[in-house]
Amino acid sequence: MINENSDIILSVRDLRANVDGTEILKGLNLEVRAGEIHAIMGLNGSGKSTFSKVLAGHPDYEVTAGEIHFKGQDLLELDPHDRATAGIFLAFQYPLEIPGVSNRDFLRVAFNAHRKARGEDEIDVFDFDDLIEEKLNVVRMDASFLDRSVNEGFSGGEKKRNEILQMALLEPALAILDETDSGLDIDALKTVAGGVNQLSTPGNAVVLITHYQRMLDYIVPDYVHVMADGRIITTGGKDLAKELESRGYEWVLKEFRTGVTA
Amino acid sequence: MSASVQSLVSQPYKYGFTTNIEADVIPRGLSEDVVRMISAKKNEPEFMLEFRLRAYRKWLTMAEPVWPNVKYPPIDYQNIVYYSAPKTQPKKLGSLDEVDPTLLDTFEKLGIPLSEQKRLANVAVDAIFDSVSVATTFKEKLAESGVIFCSISEALQEHPDLVEKYLGTVIPIGDNYFAALNSAVFSDGSFVYIPKDTQCPMDLSTYFRINNGDSGQFERTLIVAEAGSSVTYLEGCTAPMYDSNQLHAAIVELVAMDDASINYSTVQNWFAGDENGKGGIYNFVTKRGLCAGKNSKISWTQVETGSAITWKYPSCVLVGDNSVGEFYSVALTNNYQQADTGTKMVHVGKNTRSTIISKGISAAKSKNSYRGLVKIGPKAEGARNYSQCDSMLIGDTSSANTFPYIQVQNSTAQVEHEASTSKIGEDQLFYFAQRGISPEDAVSMIISGFCRDVFNKLPMEFAAEADKLLALKLENTVG
Repeated sequence: MINENSDIILSVRDLRANVDGTEILKGLNLEVRAGEIHAIMGLNGSGKSTFSKVLAGHPDYEVTAGEIHFKGQDLLELDPHDRATAGIFLAFQYPLEIPGVSNRDFLRVAFNAHRKARGEDEIDVFDFDDLIEEKLNVVRMDASFLDRSVNEGFSGGEKKRNEILQMALLEPALAILDETDSGLDIDALKTVAGGVNQLSTPGNAVVLITHYQRMLDYIVPDYVHVMADGRIITTGGKDLAKELESRGYEWVLKEFRTGVTA
Repeated sequence: MSASVQSLVSQPYKYGFTTNIEADVIPRGLSEDVVRMISAKKNEPEFMLEFRLRAYRKWLTMAEPVWPNVKYPPIDYQNIVYYSAPKTQPKKLGSLDEVDPTLLDTFEKLGIPLSEQKRLANVAVDAIFDSVSVATTFKEKLAESGVIFCSISEALQEHPDLVEKYLGTVIPIGDNYFAALNSAVFSDGSFVYIPKDTQCPMDLSTYFRINNGDSGQFERTLIVAEAGSSVTYLEGCTAPMYDSNQLHAAIVELVAMDDASINYSTVQNWFAGDENGKGGIYNFVTKRGLCAGKNSKISWTQVETGSAITWKYPSCVLVGDNSVGEFYSVALTNNYQQADTGTKMVHVGKNTRSTIISKGISAAKSKNSYRGLVKIGPKAEGARNYSQCDSMLIGDTSSANTFPYIQVQNSTAQVEHEASTSKIGEDQLFYFAQRGISPEDAVSMIISGFCRDVFNKLPMEFAAEADKLLALKLENTVG
C-alpha cells in the first residue's frame, strides 16, 4: 500500500559491503515507507541475500561505504541484537537448529528481550503462553511445536512457518523475508503468505527477497526491484515480476548495460 | 572463528583467594618415612600403616600412565608437600565452636556456611581444608538414624573395623599409579555408612578446599550402603589461584549391597590455570562404585569445569544381578585446559544395565576427550548398555575427541553407542541476535540446552548452581 506521506522506515544510500575482502554490494539505494511491500528479485549472486544480512548486521559482512537509516536512526551503529529489538526482523532462508532449547523458551526469551529494550517489564510464563497460543493461529501451527527444540527435526515447511510465527510474535517494523518461499509446497506457501499478509499493517513494511514470481501471487508487492551486480538496476510495480517470469532477466540486464554505457 | 566467540570464555575465578593460616607442614618429598609420619600424625591403627606401606612399595614399581590425551611437564613427586594441616585445629573436634574462625570465614566465603545458625538447611557437610577435615555438620542428627558421616581420620579411630573391611576393596592399592600414590599418602576425606533399610534423612556433601600452594591433596572417600539403604552425596571443590600446579589425586570408593542405591554428584571447580595456561590443579582422580548386591544402583553425575588437567573415570562394577550403573557428565574446558574423562561400566552379573550420557564442551585452545569402556563379561546374560557422547566446540581452536572401548563376551548383551559433535558458530549466535537475544544469553541458552539431559539428573540445589557456573565460565567468549 503506497502512501507518499507515510514515514520512511528504511533508507539505504550508496551502500557498499564486502565479505572476505570481496565487494558484493556496490552502491545500493533503497527507500521503504511504512505500509509498503517491496520485492527484491535477481539472479543468484546478485547480492540479494548479502543485502538482507548486512541490514541485520551479520558479523561476516563488512560495510565499506554508504549509509543505512532505520526509522531515522543510524543502523550501522547498532549491534545485531539491538537492531532486532529496534524492529528489524530477518526471516532466514535456512533457519538454524538449536538442540535442547525449546521453541517456547526461545520465543519467550526473544519476546522479553524486545520488551526489555522498550523499557517494559518481562512477561511471565503464563501470560506468555496465552499470547503465543493466539499467535500460533497465524501460521496454523499446533501447540506441540512449542515443546520441541527450536527447528530440530522440523521439515523445511515447518521451519519457514516457525520463522513467520516469530515474526507474528515480535511484530517488527521491518520484516525481511529471505527466500522464504524456497522449498515450500503450495499449501505451505499459502499458509506462509497468508501469515505475512495478516501481519502487514499501515505501520510496518515488508521486504521480500525471492527468485520467483510464485510467492508474489499471494503477497502482492507495491514495488519490484531487480538486483544485479550488487545494486538495484531497475524498479517497477507488480507487473515487472510477471514480466521477469515470462521473459527472464536477460533483457533487464541488457537494458541496464546499454543505459550505463550510453 | 572471530575473536568475538573466544572472548566469552574468560571469566575471572572468584574462589582464587588464599587463607592466611599457620599450618603444620611436613617437609617436601616422599619416602617410607614420610608415609610413616603421616600415619603417626593421624594416630592410625596398625592395619592402616601396613596398607599405606604396601601401597607405597607398589607405587615405586609403577609408572605414570601415558595413554591419556593430555600433555604436561613431568611431575616432581619429591617437590610436593604431602601433609599440611591448620595448626590451630584441635586433634579431635568436639563442636564447631572449636573450629578456627578463620576457617569458618573461608568456607563462608565459598558459600558453604558451617556455623550452627547458617548451615545449609537439608544438607550435611564435611568440610576439608588441605589435608584435614575441619568440620562435619549434622553428625548427631544423622546418628539418630544410625548413619555414620565423619572424616575418614575420625572413622579410623571410631570405626576401624568398618574401614578395614571396605577400604581398598573397590579400588585395590595397585589399581593405577595415582591410586597407589593416594593409598600411600591420603590425608583425609569423608566416610559414610548407611545401615540396612535406611534412607539417609538428608543429602550428604563434602567440600574440598586446597589452600597451601605447595601441598598436594590426596583425599579418600568411602561410602558403604547396606542392603535396602539409599543416599545422595554431593561433592564440591575449589582452590586458590597459584601460578604453580597442584596435584590432586583422590580416590572415591562406593559399595552398594542388595537393593541399595547411591547417587554421587560432583561439581568440580578447581582453579583451572589462567588464560595463558599457567597454574591450575592437576586433577588425577580414581572413582569407582561396586554394585555388590542384586538390584543395587550406583549413579555418578559430574559437572567438571575446573582443573588445568582432568583425568577421571568414575566407574561402576556391576556384580549383583539386575544392578544398574549410570554416568551423567558435563565436562567444560576453556583456555588451555585439558580433560580426558569418561567412565567404565563393567557388567559381571545377569541383566545388569548401564547408561552413559556424556557432554563435552571445549572452548579456546582447550582439549576435551571422552574415554569410556563398556565391558560385558561372559556371565552377564541379558546385560544392556546405552551410551551417548556429545561434543560441542566453541570457536575453531579447541578440540574434542571420543574414545569408546566396547568389549562384549556374552552374545545376549545389547550395547548401543551414539556420538555427535556440534559447534557454536557465528551463524547460530547471529540467529539468536536477530531475535534480540544478546550473545551472552545465547551461549548460556545453547549450553544449557546441550547439557539438559545431565542437569536433569543433578539434585535441585546443584542443578541451578551448575547452570550458573557454566554461564559464568563462558562469559566473554562472545561479544
